[in-house]
Amino acid sequence: MRILGALQLDHAAARLGGRLIWTEVDLEVQEGEFVAILGPNGAGKSTLLKALLGVVPLAEGSVRVFGRPVRRGSDEIGYLPQRRRFDPDLRIRAVDLVRLGLDGERWGMSLPSPAKTNRVAEMVELVGAAAYQDRPIGELSGGEQQRILIAQALVSGARMLALDEPLESLDLNNQQAISELIRSICQTRGVTVLLVAHDINPILPFVDRVVYVAGGHVLSGKPQEVIRTETLTALYGTPVEVLHTSDGRIVVVGQYEPVTHHPDDH
Amino acid sequence: MSMLGLEFMRNAFMAGGCIALAAGLVGYFVVLRNQVFTADALGHVAFTGGLGGVLAGLNLLAGVFGSCIAVALAIGALGGRGRGRDIAIGTVFAWVLGVGALFLSLYTTARSAASGTLGVSVLFGSILGLQPAQVVVGSLTGIATAVVLLLIARPLLFLSVDPEVAVARGVPSRALSALFFVLVAVTVAESVQAVGALLIFGLMVTPAAVAQNLSTRPWVGMALSAGIAVAVVWLGLVVAFYIALPASFLITGLAFVLYLASHLARRMSRIGRLA
Repeated sequence: MRILGALQLDHAAARLGGRLIWTEVDLEVQEGEFVAILGPNGAGKSTLLKALLGVVPLAEGSVRVFGRPVRRGSDEIGYLPQRRRFDPDLRIRAVDLVRLGLDGERWGMSLPSPAKTNRVAEMVELVGAAAYQDRPIGELSGGEQQRILIAQALVSGARMLALDEPLESLDLNNQQAISELIRSICQTRGVTVLLVAHDINPILPFVDRVVYVAGGHVLSGKPQEVIRTETLTALYGTPVEVLHTSDGRIVVVGQYEPVTHHPDDH
Repeated sequence: MSMLGLEFMRNAFMAGGCIALAAGLVGYFVVLRNQVFTADALGHVAFTGGLGGVLAGLNLLAGVFGSCIAVALAIGALGGRGRGRDIAIGTVFAWVLGVGALFLSLYTTARSAASGTLGVSVLFGSILGLQPAQVVVGSLTGIATAVVLLLIARPLLFLSVDPEVAVARGVPSRALSALFFVLVAVTVAESVQAVGALLIFGLMVTPAAVAQNLSTRPWVGMALSAGIAVAVVWLGLVVAFYIALPASFLITGLAFVLYLASHLARRMSRIGRLA
């Protein structure tokens, strides 16, 4: 018997502002997999996530999530958009943001509900944010905000997390801590994780597979199979070189801007 | 004679309270969404629209409601946020105010000089001189605005604090933003005869700012904002009844004092937490 795929794209193409950004994408992700989505800026990594959220419609082909056609507002996918920080003046408690992930799209006022309060508390506990859940979201650090947003993404019972650069603008310790948190959610709860990253290195020990988006196409496989000089050169269509540093990091250099860099450059 | 024995005082409490309720609730989101400038600018439209309505031989209120709602929908269609939009809004509204000056001049030359006070009354309102029909219109639109706002409050809160996730979760972003602008416009329009197109701004922004200083719980904040707006209007009216000062001065003055006090309270609590 065939295992039910968590995500399936068939001959998919996406258009953004009249321009085709990738075409002929065939991709399958199994339930419980931790997948990193890599590639240069503007290659369409975020668009890939938005396509499976139903926010950006496909120009061609089909996308199915847990065997069903996608629709906007599905409870099965938790989304964490690429963003900068919240406005420091935003005077809303962190826990209220998590609650909005549960029923924020419904009309009317929010009435007290012990079941919903418990569900929110469970998620806040899971991401280790209980200590600062009552503080205004704008006052929290980048790492703290990221934990709250992961709780928000999970709270509606999501079986898949679509995370757009969740490690961006975090320091090394927080990158490590958030990566480990995501892996543990993936393993203990069987949640499928699709994580867009600029830099593979912080998540390299955790990912099952990488999906590389470049040159209008997509390539997927084990990290050591995909992130190689020959494979990436073929994908980009221009010479690209993959280097391994002495401390075990991978660096991709080529005619495009380097797609990985030392985190201290931030 | 007792205060509530007077019809004009009862009218002022009734219409002022309903308008304040709407202004406090709508204002909570105006402040949360950083749209204070847009709300202020709608007051200019109300001024020009009201005078235009009278000049065209229509009702003043028809002009105010029509122009405010039309402009609100136009801003909604413009979409987006940030600097570019602020500049566009500022440019258009300055021009609208200029048109208002033209209307005022046409109006005063066309009629007797005594009617020249119309401009002043649109800007500052006359809460103690409301006609029965004005009380009914002000009260009903105030309550209706508050009810509609509460119906959309939750998705609007989501869209205001976390727009991208809200859209992904199915919140209709464009429609909701446009509807909210219309609610702001209606709040400005309904207030024109009671507190005026300029002073409504004080009822929309100040109570909401106080509420956000006092509470970081969104639903508590909304209730506080509405409650404070109603309280300052009623308290201002009571004080105005006993001492001969303009009600609008007392209402905005009270709101301002509360604002300063809430800032102090927030600062003290932060110091307390750090200690």
